[in-house]
Amino acid sequence: MISGADIMIKCLEAEGVDTVFGYPGAAICPFYDSLYKSNIKHILVRMEQSAVHAANGYSRCSNKVGVCVATSGPGATNMITGIATAYSDSIPVICITGQVKRELLGRDVFQEADITGACEPFVKHSYLVNDTKDLPKVFREAFHIATTGRMGPVLIDIPQDVQEECIESFEYPDKVDIVGYKPNYRGHKMQIKRAVELIKKSERPIIVAGGGVLSSGSKLKLVQFAETTGIPVISTLMGIGVMPSEHMRYLGMLGTHGKKYANRALQESDLVIVCGARLGDRAVARPDQVSKTSKIIHIDIDPAEIGKNVKTTVPIVGDMKNVIEKLIEEIGDYHIPHEWCETYREWKEKLYREPPVKEGFVEPRSLVAKLSFMMKSKGILVADVGQNQIWCANNFRIREGRFLTTGGMGTMGYSVPAAMGAKLARPTRDVVAVCGDGSFQMNLTELGTIMQNNINIKIIVMRNNRLGMVRELQANQYGNRYSATILDDPDFKKIAEAYGIKSAEVNSNAEAEAVAEKMFQTKEPFILICNVHPDTPSI
Amino acid sequence: MKYTLSVIVENHSGVLSKISGLFSRRAFNIDSLAVGVTSNPAISRITIVANGDEYVVEQLEKQLNKLIPVIKVKRLEEGEYVSRELVLIKVGCSSQKRDEILRVAQVVSAKVADVANTSITLEYSDTNDRIDTLVNLLKPYGIKEIVRTGTVAIEKGHGEAYHSGYNDKK
Ligand SMILES: Cc1ncc(C[n+]2csc(CCOP(=O)(O)OP(=O)(O)O)c2C)c(N)n1
Ligand SMILES: [Mg+2]
Repeated sequence: MISGADIMIKCLEAEGVDTVFGYPGAAICPFYDSLYKSNIKHILVRMEQSAVHAANGYSRCSNKVGVCVATSGPGATNMITGIATAYSDSIPVICITGQVKRELLGRDVFQEADITGACEPFVKHSYLVNDTKDLPKVFREAFHIATTGRMGPVLIDIPQDVQEECIESFEYPDKVDIVGYKPNYRGHKMQIKRAVELIKKSERPIIVAGGGVLSSGSKLKLVQFAETTGIPVISTLMGIGVMPSEHMRYLGMLGTHGKKYANRALQESDLVIVCGARLGDRAVARPDQVSKTSKIIHIDIDPAEIGKNVKTTVPIVGDMKNVIEKLIEEIGDYHIPHEWCETYREWKEKLYREPPVKEGFVEPRSLVAKLSFMMKSKGILVADVGQNQIWCANNFRIREGRFLTTGGMGTMGYSVPAAMGAKLARPTRDVVAVCGDGSFQMNLTELGTIMQNNINIKIIVMRNNRLGMVRELQANQYGNRYSATILDDPDFKKIAEAYGIKSAEVNSNAEAEAVAEKMFQTKEPFILICNVHPDTPSI
Repeated sequence: MKYTLSVIVENHSGVLSKISGLFSRRAFNIDSLAVGVTSNPAISRITIVANGDEYVVEQLEKQLNKLIPVIKVKRLEEGEYVSRELVLIKVGCSSQKRDEILRVAQVVSAKVADVANTSITLEYSDTNDRIDTLVNLLKPYGIKEIVRTGTVAIEKGHGEAYHSGYNDKK
């Protein structure tokens, strides 16, 4: 005989899970009891939202899926922001929640929350397990659904008595067959032919790469495509890292907070090849304008993305890697007109400006650029939300590493827990979280997790005593009426000290760089507080 | 423009809430929705009549397709399907008016479902438009209540929106 809780552990093991992030409570206690006896490592976070962000960072940096666990009621509802964040960024995460006993469902008993109902808009799929015998099938399907097609979070809600109930035996299904779920991986041959014809006819083509290129593992293919054809690449916020920042074919991030030359190149192009991007309003404010002046090829694994925000000339539904491979094959050694290559390269050089330094403060943009080279080349930088995020997005010089942030939901407080997850997935890499003084305080409690597990991440707090990005909006659009955007910050060094984490506070780039140099040599977490002038613009 | 969609779904609890949630979340306007089990008890068929332009209906189809328990979505083409709706109409009437109402019912071949001292309930099944016509005809007599099922539709001829495996199983 085997209990539901033991089955849950066996399912996780069968999926190769060795780390989970979570927070216990009564309704998930049977699972925690089985976990205690297993070899799976559990990281006790300080708030359930962080468990989801940590699993998110873990998924993004490994080829495994991040798993997080919470109890019923408030534990589960605390997860919602994390789940919504993973959903909007298409990150695979498995969320396991305890639920009240089956006989009590629907009676509004203690800590009952209809979490599958509440999460419906934010999950790729969810299960409320009614029968202990269903557990293996549910887990097998959940992992499959989370990690295939357009990825996303899957929620498994398990009543306490389902975890307690014992059944005859355990068998993990080796096949999944879900009638209503068969993602299409191969791009349509005819469409690929048409796309290549369009590229050959165009004079000024450009590639817009999004998060889909990274999640499908096709960045090397994209680089190859750009190199052989000469087509310039710009990326969305989620697409940063599709190419090394210094690559001659890469023009940076587009959009309201993007690079001038990236936007200019997009404006002047006559063909836009959208790869794994949904083109939300922050990336392209007026998608209808783009489709007026340019033809559009849209490649995405999710058919619903195509034609949603921008009118498409040639739609290609399929796995990015497969489609780009086919495009490379079909296009042969064709190279786009050299005139266009020269034009965009010239913009990149001419439109670059070194940010001006303010005496007595750290210039965050120059610092981020410097940090990029202090980290080892495979370093992972996790940016939070706000001005700090834009400073990182535009100035982190990515080489072989990763840049993580939440572009879809823009959830403040993402960076520190996501960086914890990233570090656990990639213990040998440098992992840096850059956050604002507002966002740092949103998940500040995770310092406890970092301390307890000695998670070696470096946290850089850009301290401007402001909710900088909102304040900037108020300066530009609300007549400098700074409503609720001034922060009185605590002494962050004392907070760090209370958690036994080393820290330093600096007022110039020279100081910051000197501290950072040493910080990267230690094997313990560190908090670097950088005082930044409140008037420093986002771009 | 009106569109009729046939949606084949796995028949378990929660599917309907996933579908109706999608409508409100994505601001899709639907006229009616009718659900019923198919010849295969594990599978239900939902008929949705929606209003909107080509963009809206295409998005509706694609978003429905993304739901895991949705097996198939098929847009039924104008003229290539038959559709019916069932209505129960309760009309208040004195005994003097009863004959008149019964005559109206006879003209359209509506059935009498219930008769009482002060009311008569008619049962009628036809296309959505013709039901509207009957409702208009009965309005002058004072309609007390109307219950409509929403449209169900099936393709004409051999067309099959979904091969349910009904015959294979036998
Ligand atoms: C959870 C959450 N609440 C509110 C916001 C709205 N918001 C976006 S940026 C920002 C300011 C962030 O301040 P800070 O973290 O100090 O970063 P800065 O812009 O100053 O670099 C706010 C409040 C958000 N994105 N997420
Ligand atoms: Mg700030």
